Amino acid sequence: MREIVVISGKGGTGKTTVSAAFAHLAENKVICDLDVDAPDLHILLSPSVRQTTPFISGSHAVIRSEACVQCGTCAKLCAFGAVSRGENGYCVDDLRCEGCGVCVKLCPQKAVDFPERHCGDWYVSDTRFGLMVHAQLFPGQENSGKLVGLLKTEARRYAKEQKLDTILCDGSPGVGCPVIASLSGAGLAVGVVEPTPSGRHDFARVAELCRHFRVPLAVIINKADINAAEADAIAALCAENGHTLLGRLPFSPVVTQAMVRRQALTEFPNPVGDRLKDMWSALQNIKTGR
Amino acid sequence: MKIAIASGKGGAGKTSVTASLARVWDAPLVAVDTDAEAPNLHLFLHPTMEQSRTSWLTVPEMDPEKCVHCEKCRDICTYKAIASFAGRISLFPDMCHGCGGCFAVCPSGALRRGRRELGVLEQGTALEGKVRFLMGRTRIGESMTPPLLREEHALLARMLEEIPADALLDAPPGVSCPTVTVTRDVDAVLLVADPTPFGFYDFTLAHKAFLPLGRPMFVVINRAGAEGNEEGDEAVRAYCREHGLPLLAALPFEREAAEQYAGGRLLADLSPAWRERFVALRDALREAFSRAMEEKEGGHA
Repeated sequence: MREIVVISGKGGTGKTTVSAAFAHLAENKVICDLDVDAPDLHILLSPSVRQTTPFISGSHAVIRSEACVQCGTCAKLCAFGAVSRGENGYCVDDLRCEGCGVCVKLCPQKAVDFPERHCGDWYVSDTRFGLMVHAQLFPGQENSGKLVGLLKTEARRYAKEQKLDTILCDGSPGVGCPVIASLSGAGLAVGVVEPTPSGRHDFARVAELCRHFRVPLAVIINKADINAAEADAIAALCAENGHTLLGRLPFSPVVTQAMVRRQALTEFPNPVGDRLKDMWSALQNIKTGR
Repeated sequence: MKIAIASGKGGAGKTSVTASLARVWDAPLVAVDTDAEAPNLHLFLHPTMEQSRTSWLTVPEMDPEKCVHCEKCRDICTYKAIASFAGRISLFPDMCHGCGGCFAVCPSGALRRGRRELGVLEQGTALEGKVRFLMGRTRIGESMTPPLLREEHALLARMLEEIPADALLDAPPGVSCPTVTVTRDVDAVLLVADPTPFGFYDFTLAHKAFLPLGRPMFVVINRAGAEGNEEGDEAVRAYCREHGLPLLAALPFEREAAEQYAGGRLLADLSPAWRERFVALRDALREAFSRAMEEKEGGHA
């Protein structure tokens, strides 16, 4: 079984556009949207949800004011500045509480409750391209890395059950907790890079992250013609670091038009879709890490 | 006034808008890059860095001689950073969130305050010294971004105390912990809406995520009028009307703008018309902010 994760470092470079095309082209696969924070793949794949499961992760502190004797121990102990004293005594700012439970365990009056947090929902859905595992973290919630890990476990379980050999994942921007979780156990990362100073800078960071976790990296340069010199510099960088360059995509209004049609670029005739088909074939020859 | 520029979706134009607003700002300003996982503002403002400091998270270190094997530290740790194998305590500092619970419960002084590098904070000046600059950058392999952002914010507070100024904060994408860490400590949020189907969806997520913060929110559409996406522009406008969100400007979709950005140049420097757009956005932002503040005070009276 091979796991392919589409990443970018910088947001908005075209991860989901590429993921949707590959989801269309791949056979025997499970599709996974690991951008649980701002997922977009469902917009193109119009999933019909088969199963919804609440994502319960961690807990948050709530002070029972009737039991509180205003000793202030919780506020002194909280490393996150989440406890403050207001008009009605001590209370916890839910947006700052990290759920460490230190105040809960050390309150001399046992006046701090610790209810579980319902951070979002995750889904198993049918799409015209096959099964999709995806999620939506509730706005402002945390533990996205944990949710990413959960989605991957589910996708693997299903792939094994159905004897499917590919897990295709749309990743999230950045290099932090959800991206690290996305790369864990992945056989190949596909980096979608745009030839801009930001695109190259953030790509270099995510490439370093792939090296750190020993995940091979293949690269697609998107909107390559908006800065040809920068695109060449990225191509040179790939050659230097042993990343396979899968190819270049042009800056084209057809990308937004595909989005408006709620289709993958490979589903209707257009030159960008043709290039994506070539890239998918080229990708078959890359040896995956695991 | 301290304004976060956020979007939900990555690549909507947060950095472009922040950099060009900084260019036309006509009052003392600190430009802050809070997208510490993928910081880009410096690539457009080209600051001269004057100070750099490493940001650390306090994590436990063990003095085995003093450990009495009570396992209290393991019991209080929510993050599985402390384990006990065959009566020996093992520490996994990479898992630590820095809550400090283990230090509070250790009865024998066996835990020392060690540290893990989160990343760096850099300070300097940009745009011919007119704008003070601050950025955070996470260490590659570090999974926790919020503690670095909290330190960055404390540093910003000190900078604003030394010399009062406005602050524009280029926020991280998404709507989870790093973004909320940034937006909860500002006076208002400017949402950059990309009117594509992806952009619109993520824009509504961002609006919903920031509503509970109780901060005024304003909107600027980026890449308006793209061919074949007329419905997308209207969807953002309709959403703003429906939710009472002041729409301050719509920046047009132009290939030249994409090329300007790709060349590392500011949109405000592309042409007099583009400069004028950001001057108008700056003024509209100020006016909308004052009005929101008046309404707030009016509401209290």
